[in-house]
Amino acid sequence: MRSHPVWLSRHNLALSAAAVLSACLVAACSSGGSSSSTGNTSTSSPANTKPILIGASLSLTGDFSADGQAFQKGYQLWAADVNSSGGLLGRQVQLKILNDNSSPTQVQTNYQTLFASDKVDLAFGPFSSLLTTPSASVAARYGYAMIEGAGGAPSVFASPANQSAHNIFDVSLPIEDELIPFVNWVASLPPGQRPKTAAYPMADDPFADPPVQLAQSRLKALGVKTVYSKIFPAENASYKPAADQVAATGAQAVVLGSTDVPTVAAFMQAFEQQHYNPKMFICAAGPDQGAAFTSAVGKSNATGMMVPNGWYPGYQNAASQKMVQDYVAKYGGSPSDINADVAEGYAVGQVAAQAVTATKGTNNAKIISYLHSGVTLSSVQGPVRFDNFGKNSSAAAFTFQWQQQGAAYNQILPVSTAGSVAVINPKPNWTS
Amino acid sequence: MARQIYQAIVDGILVGGVYALMAVGLTLIFGVLDIINIAQGVLVILGAYLSYTLSVRIHLDLFLGLLITVPAMFVIGVVIQWAFIRRLRGRERTSMTLLVTYAVALIIEGILYEIYGPNPKQLNASYVQSSLHVFGFYLSYIYLYGFALALVLIAAIYALLYRTMFGRSVRATMQDHTAARLIGIEVNRVAALTFGVGVAVTAAGGMMFGATNAFNPNSGYDLISRLLAIIILGGLGSIGGALAASVFMLTLESLVTIWSPEWAIVVFYAALVLVLLIRPTGFFGRQPVRAQ
Repeated sequence: MRSHPVWLSRHNLALSAAAVLSACLVAACSSGGSSSSTGNTSTSSPANTKPILIGASLSLTGDFSADGQAFQKGYQLWAADVNSSGGLLGRQVQLKILNDNSSPTQVQTNYQTLFASDKVDLAFGPFSSLLTTPSASVAARYGYAMIEGAGGAPSVFASPANQSAHNIFDVSLPIEDELIPFVNWVASLPPGQRPKTAAYPMADDPFADPPVQLAQSRLKALGVKTVYSKIFPAENASYKPAADQVAATGAQAVVLGSTDVPTVAAFMQAFEQQHYNPKMFICAAGPDQGAAFTSAVGKSNATGMMVPNGWYPGYQNAASQKMVQDYVAKYGGSPSDINADVAEGYAVGQVAAQAVTATKGTNNAKIISYLHSGVTLSSVQGPVRFDNFGKNSSAAAFTFQWQQQGAAYNQILPVSTAGSVAVINPKPNWTS
Repeated sequence: MARQIYQAIVDGILVGGVYALMAVGLTLIFGVLDIINIAQGVLVILGAYLSYTLSVRIHLDLFLGLLITVPAMFVIGVVIQWAFIRRLRGRERTSMTLLVTYAVALIIEGILYEIYGPNPKQLNASYVQSSLHVFGFYLSYIYLYGFALALVLIAAIYALLYRTMFGRSVRATMQDHTAARLIGIEVNRVAALTFGVGVAVTAAGGMMFGATNAFNPNSGYDLISRLLAIIILGGLGSIGGALAASVFMLTLESLVTIWSPEWAIVVFYAALVLVLLIRPTGFFGRQPVRAQ
């Protein structure tokens, strides 16, 4: 009944192909292109004109797109700064960034392309621990150092490829220890001010769970009773049922193992709808994303929300202050709007630059050896010193809190550290 | 424990209403056009962004905004059908429409990234965060309004299908394209308008999704597999079935969440398989429709 001439099938095929091609074109344009070069200008000497090609795969679309695009800005800001001051070893740097659509499979293909076809000189890491592990194994096969800023989960360093090749170098704070300043602060409170109960909802993600589980065990040892501790799928139809279950416990502290803003926003909304306001609310990630966070949850509701991290826009570090100025000049907004991923990306570039300068080239074997030599490097996030498996053993662990009706993102912990301001405790009521 | 179970049931029913709003358009389009619209998830997000724009730019209430976004999405739906789907015929039509609607999803996603960027947004209004205290439970107004909206829209679609000439044409087309054409129904026109209605309803689903979740242009891909499961369970082409299946699936998932959130998603799809083993056409599916 529905048979049709062959030409119709070909016509359909052509129409479909045209639609897919145009879709891919739009997707490519919208994601900023599958590759980009930054500040690549010619130099006078032929020997110096060949740029240092740096390859990276980032999540410009997909679940991690907000983080991936912030990382891209960090890489591009660094490259622009380096090129404007003469490049590395007299050579300009050129970035080639491929979009992995937040896919652990695509990220491997991208690095394969960067190493085998593009023959990049250096590799910068992707976003998230979930994508760093497969990427680093490809890098290990090709003998590349994988300098990255967002793969701090224990599983990344413990991956078989890294155990063998020792090629991962995470310039940021190892995430397992992120919540320790918070735990230490709770321990420092008079017993009457400590939370008596705590809830630990966690997304099923290698980034989100380890710090929350460590915090849970430490707080339990301090006498804080666990009233909820469950892992939920990272892809969730609705967080409301789980969030309502947490609200029903009435826990005085909530330690949320989150990976992104939507998860935190969903829990905040459900808590407010349930008229439940924990005294302390700290998330593994989400509130660190600047304007991306406040625009989703509302500035006033952001007040009192805490998040661990290794960097914030007010960080008293000359390079960091310059990067913040450059960012605002280029992208607008205010310093507190800057996503912490920008600094992580920028720090990756800084560490790579110091390694290239010290080894006088882009030989990855020499770079790996140099980065494992115990040398302390500098970055916008503070000192960087790698241990045997590429963890930054010198990274500072801070905790930040949104204050002043969401207008200020302040360092609060460790209390005795320069730059820390008073903690808002307990968290103010929801105000929307 | 009893209180937790009651709370989970209430949550499941209310969230199910939101999912019904998103799934109704998908099942309507399938019922008439016999195609799976892979772009449905992204169209939900497009609806959310349209509501967001009206809310932020001209401070229009989210529900009043539907008076603009529903017609706008209707036009978008008709244009998509006219531009991409109308000419697809032949034995490969079903597979081709999967490819084409996926391409449409990529195009819309790309445009949304270009306009709004990757940072998540969320719709806001006074009733989004507030709730009603009943029998010791807090029922959020946005979910209550959303559930009521689902009932109203489904009733309106039923009225459209069973009380109008257009509805008769649609039902005739659902039963047999060729016979409908033989009795003088302009099947292509019916298909275009039905696709438009299906996408228009999605505007309401998008508004509700955006008010209850932070979203960015990519958020639609997480939705499509669940929406497909819902319309299959409800019975492909069944409007009421979409509501029943949404409430059933989300309530089940919500209940399992009490004990193990990790297993909730497994149970969601396991329930689909089990029901289909017993009733292959879903809750309200009709065999003759699928026999075309």
